[in-house]
Amino acid sequence: MFSRAYRIAITVPPLAWVTIFLLVPYLLMFCFSFWSVSPAQTIVHSWALDNYKQLFTKDVYWETLLRSMWIAVRVMVFSLALGYPLAYFLSFYAGKRKDLLYQIVIIPLWVSYLVRAYAWKTILGSDGVLNTLLQYVHLTRHPLDFLLYSPFAVVLTLTHIYTPFAFLPIYAALEHIPRNLVEASNDLGASPAQTFWRVVFPLSIPGVVAGATFAFVLSLGDFLAPLLLGGPSGIMISNIVVTLFGAAYNWPLGAAISLCMLVLVVSLLFLSERLEKKWSFS
Amino acid sequence: MGSTIVSAGGSRIDSSAAGAAPLLTIRNVAKQFGKNVVLRDISLDVAEGEFLTILGESGSGKTTLLRIIAGFENADSGELSMNGERLDKLPPYKRKVNTVFQSYALFPHLTVEENVGYGLRVARVPAAEVASRVEQALTRVRMTAHAKAKPGKISGGQQQRVALARALVNRPKLLLLDEPLSALDANLRRQMQVELKSLQREVGISFVFVTHDQEEAMVMSDRIALLRMGELEQVATPREIYSRPATAYTAQFIGHTNLLRAEVRGGRAHCESLSWGVGLPDGRAAFSVRPEDVRVVEAGEPSVDGVVRFRGKVQHRAFHGATELVRVLAGDGLVFSLRTTGMDAREEVECEFSPKDAVPVRDSAERS
Repeated sequence: MFSRAYRIAITVPPLAWVTIFLLVPYLLMFCFSFWSVSPAQTIVHSWALDNYKQLFTKDVYWETLLRSMWIAVRVMVFSLALGYPLAYFLSFYAGKRKDLLYQIVIIPLWVSYLVRAYAWKTILGSDGVLNTLLQYVHLTRHPLDFLLYSPFAVVLTLTHIYTPFAFLPIYAALEHIPRNLVEASNDLGASPAQTFWRVVFPLSIPGVVAGATFAFVLSLGDFLAPLLLGGPSGIMISNIVVTLFGAAYNWPLGAAISLCMLVLVVSLLFLSERLEKKWSFS
Repeated sequence: MGSTIVSAGGSRIDSSAAGAAPLLTIRNVAKQFGKNVVLRDISLDVAEGEFLTILGESGSGKTTLLRIIAGFENADSGELSMNGERLDKLPPYKRKVNTVFQSYALFPHLTVEENVGYGLRVARVPAAEVASRVEQALTRVRMTAHAKAKPGKISGGQQQRVALARALVNRPKLLLLDEPLSALDANLRRQMQVELKSLQREVGISFVFVTHDQEEAMVMSDRIALLRMGELEQVATPREIYSRPATAYTAQFIGHTNLLRAEVRGGRAHCESLSWGVGLPDGRAAFSVRPEDVRVVEAGEPSVDGVVRFRGKVQHRAFHGATELVRVLAGDGLVFSLRTTGMDAREEVECEFSPKDAVPVRDSAERS
């Protein structure tokens, strides 16, 4: 149907793009993860599993990985806890104000990530808005110092940033539920609560899975929020990777950690897609 | 005796279900969406065990009326009661009414069996009873073989039967059906009409059936409520509504008819060159003459006193199998349709109809 030249013309650019900017870098990273750094700070191209050994034997690496996952889990749970009711309300009860409210939820996505992270810094700092207010109303006499430079600050900021990402797929899933199913459920004697748990929620599961995956995966790989707001106790795995590729000049170890993260994330995405498929009916 | 109401047009519409005490009573229900008046002053009774069809064109308000009975919409004014108890104050899930939706609305994540058992499970009926009643309901609609299938895996006709079983298994007092057959092809549709009707007789539940298809309404109903632009035109048995249409709209909507606009003077109706005796006061009047009441006169046949005769040119013949519909242009510009069971080829015919078959109908009020 299409000429050979045409088919080549449309397939080559994307293939080239994926090869140059995705496959080659990953391949390089894969190679680097087996190499090492000499005392003279040069890359030694000898193949060994030392980097991976380090990752699992040195406490600092796997503890940070576990902490990152724990932070990501909390961000995921809070994003769902905020995003689901919001999406449910908008989809089922907002009526004419639906579009306006939808835009309001989406607007933060247009604001730079850095601005939002800095905003939390001004709110949570010891001279910040929150501490000033708490002291002004005499709830505390000294600024609360756990607010900033803590895992708490990271979880709070990431939740704020990724809630719209959890909200969107849930909202889309809820919008896809035919309203006559809700009517049918009511008609068959199910109260609004029974209808929610037996019909609405099960049919929104693909959206929940997608939203949870977004929130978890994006949080897990985040490095700006911990850098700006995390302090020493809020360091995440990506900060370590950044340091290894930068100041520490240990690209091989950085590559090994990155590769482990990649495997983790890709398996999660795979799992999440399977779950979404299992719960989709069209 | 049921009550008789006076509609906006000033005519009397008998809204009662003949004889038996009404199960559902609808009184003066009106509904408006924004500036759009959908229903005005609807009063209607549904008897125990009755098959009532709400018939109307799209936009006539028939689905809205059904949704008000089910509780998905609230009437702006008026009352609904069931067995003497107010119904309109109850949310849909507390009404002893079940609905078969136009698109079936089966739960896609549940199996056929789970769909049918849904109403019983939310009512916390013991599991063993749920199982046996579901089994029974599926047997009744011949769907036991597909009990474990998801709705996406079965055909439209099968989904329709599952939707029916899902509603009936709850033993409602009243079953509402919103154009449940409209998605089926013609053959399956006719088959389901018969099945649905015999099923209704078997279970003895009152059915309120909404359709835009007058043939379907005629085949299935005990009574038809004809709705036009949010008002009831006529509520009567299929036979009555066909042979005694109250309005010109009814006469034209239900089957074919010849509508004659005549002038009544001194006990005779005059329409172009035709005239016949009527018991109506002087003034304008409309009459409906069914095509099968117009017959072709054979040459030399003597005329019976009072019968209206006219000659005309055959314009068009449409063969329908058992009968043939012939369009005849009478000399003075009147066009008649007549139904015959066989007529030889000819260009000119002489026809007649009896004045008793010219049913006086009133014109429905014009509304926008």
